[in-house]
Amino acid sequence: MLKCKSQWIFGLLIGLSMGVTLCASLMSVNPSLALPVPPQTAPALPPIQNAEKRALDQRLQQLTEELRCLVCQNQSLAESHAELAVDLKEQVREKMRQGLSNEQIVEYMTIRYGDFILYRPPLKWMTGVLWFGPGLLLLIGLGVLYLGLRRKDNLIKETNLSEEDAARVRSLLDRSPSNPPAESS
Amino acid sequence: MRRALWPLVIFLVLVIFLAVGLNLNPREVPSPLINKMAPPFTLPLLMQSEAQFSPKALLGQVWMLNVWASWCVSCREEHPVLLDFAKKGIVPLYGLDYKDQRSNALRWLEKNGNPYTDSAVDEKGLVGIDYGVYGVPETYVIDQQGVIRYKQIGPINPEVLEKTILPLIAKLNAKV
Repeated sequence: MLKCKSQWIFGLLIGLSMGVTLCASLMSVNPSLALPVPPQTAPALPPIQNAEKRALDQRLQQLTEELRCLVCQNQSLAESHAELAVDLKEQVREKMRQGLSNEQIVEYMTIRYGDFILYRPPLKWMTGVLWFGPGLLLLIGLGVLYLGLRRKDNLIKETNLSEEDAARVRSLLDRSPSNPPAESS
Repeated sequence: MRRALWPLVIFLVLVIFLAVGLNLNPREVPSPLINKMAPPFTLPLLMQSEAQFSPKALLGQVWMLNVWASWCVSCREEHPVLLDFAKKGIVPLYGLDYKDQRSNALRWLEKNGNPYTDSAVDEKGLVGIDYGVYGVPETYVIDQQGVIRYKQIGPINPEVLEKTILPLIAKLNAKV
């Protein structure tokens, strides 16, 4: 009994932890905690250009938060101050100025650095385990839990009492402290 | 009894996964440029500052492009291996002097020896970005058609040279 219990608890724990990890990692893809880049001062620009510049900065910030810095791999390009990250940010800014869309810029980066640069891994054959593995483990855990619980249910069987047993039960129930039975079984 | 072994089996599987994961080097990001054309560029040369270098000039032969810089510490580690390789004269070895100052680069080569046929000067590091450089030194083996066949991230050590690069060059050279 205990063996069976430990088994499904183990399965459930693995499944749950993987599921939680998946959810957490998916949610943390877009870290809103990233430090904002200090606005660059450009007092000489007229207001319209200034607004344009701010929009570009904002777009740059959003996009580079999705790109991984290859030098310090746990930081995004937006967060990192590694020299390469600064260069790459400058490249992204340049491409934005040239009017490239975010998708085009992401493609520009992946051609050079591969999918590794993306914080949001694309859904491909290679990344299938990454995307579906945790869910699959959760399902396996739930399956093991279900089987374990069902087995436990099966252990408790309702059976019809034989005449003999029924009589014995009755005699035990009838027995009270004031009226002890004549014979003990 | 057999059921009691299940947690152990799962545990062992986890251990195997974690052990493999721990032994992978996260710094070695597979390059998407392998088996793709080497990105074209034109840059001034280091030794003959007037002349320009372009990979196109080397079409038709196997060659190596080594990304280095005078500020790069690991390059010092790699340097003797490159000097040794250059002495053998198997294929041309070109350098890409990455985000460096010409004077520093020249001084560095004078002091440590120059294994390169010549180096292209990538002052702004833009060619480096085109080649997906993210950790100097990096080395590319490029074939007769101008296709990148191998990328070494980090310093080349004698073992990598003997076991991977030299056999690859021999194989590429034999193809024609």
